[in-house]
Amino acid sequence: MNSSVLFLQSLAKDPRLVKSYLEEIKGLAKTLSRPVRIMEFCGGHTHSLLRYGLDEALRPEIEFLHGPGCPVCVLSLERLELALSIAKERGVIFTTYGDLLRVPSPKGESLQTLRAKGHRIKMVANAMEAFSLAKNNPQELIVFFAFGFETTAPATAFLLLKAKEERITNLKVISNHLLTPAVLDFLLSKEGLYMDGIIGPGHVSAVIGAKAYHEVVSKFKVPMVVAGFEPLDLLEAILLLLKMISKGEYGVDIAYRRAVSVEGNKKAQELMKEVFVLREDFPWRGLGRVPMSGLALREEFSLFDGELSWREPEVKDMPKGCLCGEILKGRAKPPDCKLFRRSCRPETPIGPCMVSSEGACLAYAKYKNL
Amino acid sequence: MCLAYPFRIVEITGPFSAKAEVQGVTKEIYTSLIAEPLKPGDWVLVHVDFAIQKIDEAQALETLNNYHELLRSLSSEFS
Repeated sequence: MNSSVLFLQSLAKDPRLVKSYLEEIKGLAKTLSRPVRIMEFCGGHTHSLLRYGLDEALRPEIEFLHGPGCPVCVLSLERLELALSIAKERGVIFTTYGDLLRVPSPKGESLQTLRAKGHRIKMVANAMEAFSLAKNNPQELIVFFAFGFETTAPATAFLLLKAKEERITNLKVISNHLLTPAVLDFLLSKEGLYMDGIIGPGHVSAVIGAKAYHEVVSKFKVPMVVAGFEPLDLLEAILLLLKMISKGEYGVDIAYRRAVSVEGNKKAQELMKEVFVLREDFPWRGLGRVPMSGLALREEFSLFDGELSWREPEVKDMPKGCLCGEILKGRAKPPDCKLFRRSCRPETPIGPCMVSSEGACLAYAKYKNL
Repeated sequence: MCLAYPFRIVEITGPFSAKAEVQGVTKEIYTSLIAEPLKPGDWVLVHVDFAIQKIDEAQALETLNNYHELLRSLSSEFS
């Protein structure tokens, strides 16, 4: 038994349960007489798998392909440059989530370096902080640079509804919100079916419901199981996936029922519908423009729409030599990249997959001794 | 970024807000995404200070330790 399995067992409440899960998964995988490729969509899952050594424990029967579910990694460079250019404007207080702070432009500029130069950039823990700032400082223009998947979009929707209700006039929102089923459809359409099963995102699914993936998994006949973030959650999901794969079944199942239902959070979905409209396409870093994958503000909220005031520049997407795009598709692993752990390191990140706390490169740098 | 963790409602502070607590950490959360009425003692899953789902107490307690550890490791850069 290797060290990662021991580590895993020491962390779990019931080591025997972990052992029996591992044995059952490996046993099923062996009957398939090929390595089973499982994509974990969510960067939080990538970190859990590596942190608890699940990838090592299930090798070689199972290979994990790391997916695009890392909001900071997939924020396109043109949108990052847009953020930086707005943040540099006099008369603007620029707000966003802290995850974006360190992401560098090709010129080495980041919100962090701009803030150090005296630009007014404020990291917020929630969208409503931007609302309070705007309300309490009517003479200032507050910009909220919103990003994230369907988990975070309802909070932005609530911010906009409140701002409209209270007739706030000094708040602009730039929406970079992304939809996860759309990018799965895009990847599978473009790349073919290169995985046997998918671990579906836990908290995104709590909002949009497991049903949101039904169309894409049926179209490509691939099984998906929505998982939580603990080792046992993941093992349960992987076992369910293996059962579906071995029976040739497809569809969406849930191994995280304490948080996720088929329907999801209807109230959150309604708020999103009220505020956002689907874009024709939207850029994802490393992937290009993905059809029907982005949310823009509805016309009724145009008073708050920062996109009517600022346009994104045209830029090249990735730093030279950076493999983040292929890594986000699950087509390459961090050690395949020439920059990984050489010039691109957690303390001096070059590409977005190393900058983000959910990025696959950071997970490898932290948890793997290569 | 898509992390969420369980909090227990301590006090309803407004039509869209509540004070919530977990492992000694108390904070103000937004409850505007939850359709059903919430009361002190209820558990919710919280993401960027918004409750996104009401959850079962026993399950919330059961999973708390692991969440805590994962959170610490994942959100070390979250400022």
